[in-house]
Amino acid sequence: MSEIDIQHINKRFGKVEALKDINLTVEAGEVFGLVGPDGAGKSTLFNILTTLLLPDSGSATILGMDIINDYLQIRRSIGYLPGVFSLYPDLSVQENLDFFAAMYKSSIRDNMNIIKPIWDQLLPFKDRPAGKLSGGMKQKLALCCALIHKPSLLFLDEPTTGVDPVSRREFWDILKDIQHKGVTVVVSTPYMDEATRCDRIALIQNGNIIEINTPNNIIANFKGHLCTMPTSDIFGLMKIMDRFELKCNYYPYGEHFHIVFYDDIKKALPAFEQFLEKNGRVHGEISSIQPNIEDCFIELIQMKL
Amino acid sequence: MQSIVAKDLTKQFGDFTAVNHINFSVEKGEIFGFLGANGAGKTTAIKMMSGLLLPTSGDAIVGGYSIRTDSKQIKRHIGYMSQRFSLYNDLTIFENMQLFGTVYGIPAKELKDRIHQSLSKLKMDDQANSLVASIPLGWKQKLAFATAILHRPEIVFLDEPTSGVDPIVRREFWKLIYQAAASGITIFVTTHYMDEAEYCHRISIMAEGSLKLIGTPSELKQQMGVDTIDDVFVKFVKR
Repeated sequence: MSEIDIQHINKRFGKVEALKDINLTVEAGEVFGLVGPDGAGKSTLFNILTTLLLPDSGSATILGMDIINDYLQIRRSIGYLPGVFSLYPDLSVQENLDFFAAMYKSSIRDNMNIIKPIWDQLLPFKDRPAGKLSGGMKQKLALCCALIHKPSLLFLDEPTTGVDPVSRREFWDILKDIQHKGVTVVVSTPYMDEATRCDRIALIQNGNIIEINTPNNIIANFKGHLCTMPTSDIFGLMKIMDRFELKCNYYPYGEHFHIVFYDDIKKALPAFEQFLEKNGRVHGEISSIQPNIEDCFIELIQMKL
Repeated sequence: MQSIVAKDLTKQFGDFTAVNHINFSVEKGEIFGFLGANGAGKTTAIKMMSGLLLPTSGDAIVGGYSIRTDSKQIKRHIGYMSQRFSLYNDLTIFENMQLFGTVYGIPAKELKDRIHQSLSKLKMDDQANSLVASIPLGWKQKLAFATAILHRPEIVFLDEPTSGVDPIVRREFWKLIYQAAASGITIFVTTHYMDEAEYCHRISIMAEGSLKLIGTPSELKQQMGVDTIDDVFVKFVKR
């Protein structure tokens, strides 16, 4: 049996269809990522799965329990780190953690094993009010509080949004450690590069799930032929690209220009080089590369348009 | 011509030095990326440069005005947008632009023309009367940017403008930044997306209140002996 089984969930807010016929399963021991931009429906789905919001239609089970009938048992069994900081800013680090432990009839000592790596980092600040911690430390405390009752399933809603790249990496290392202790992790993120840290991901956009797979399979299913070239004038190049006649997609990618060909590459590549020369564009070496999740996401959205 | 010159800019909160003697300048029409870990002092520095917070010592000249003595003038000559606050959800697109334009003292008739121009550039003419609450985040951010430059500021400060925005709209947003810079507006931008750092003309990295690195993306990569700005950042912060 799956840890999470979602069948045909729909949710509408006024005119906005926040979730459209969502179907997915999450297996025990996985790190499952819900990857998509803000407004895609990630938090709405989290609120439904954590029994804070009712779906308009459809059903879901969490650890075998129904999200509507068994909501109290579900709440006791899961951990949830919401997208907004929801601890008590006036209580100290230690007091917050004690409070959450008490709510679940547990104690810091009972579950030290699961929170130890994070708790060790918080220890120097244990008497500081939670509201006075730095962003990264707040997030670590919130994670401790979500884990204090040893849930078998942990939901994290955008834990790394607005966090700098180095702290983001550290946070993902902590998640991996939690996974190794036997907790199933469901995490949402708008950062495409974090997708590869998950075992499986669902790409979500405008309330639709556009793909569910392992990151490797999503990359393997990329339809086009991706080439990259360094250029010093990306936005100048973008301006002339609509005159290029072969079927392709193109976009800036850092200091590189990514172009995805959908015709025979043996013909498309020379045609593209000719096009650049004709337009007086000096360019660096054009090379074929493997797409990453961001390239895949762009392709999948554009195929839908 | 220089749009921003920071001279030993410093801000202390009690014993804590949030910004510690930073020195840099930004040229007119330049896209200047301001990077750093959370808590490095970026927001404090931006607040000082936009005239919202007085420095403890040092000064910055922004658009020709001193942040110590002319903070009122500075507010008139800059634009500002962030991810956290951009537009009023309960007003329509047109009403939002009208509100901000009026606050900046653009004459009514001129303002109407500018709003229409800017909406047609975004291909959003037909949505002028839609509530901001009803449009997707990515569009909201593009609109917020257009609103922030409606009064044709010399400099626009963008604080994580693309946070959480999808990869396609993120790139459309950067196209708008390029167009604005080409028209002479100086762009001062913070981001946690390292690929976006590559789109900047020059970037700087702050840590513990000091400006540690500054240069073009390729200079910094060369200096650190790595291939991407992401690697520059990681190598730099970890060392």
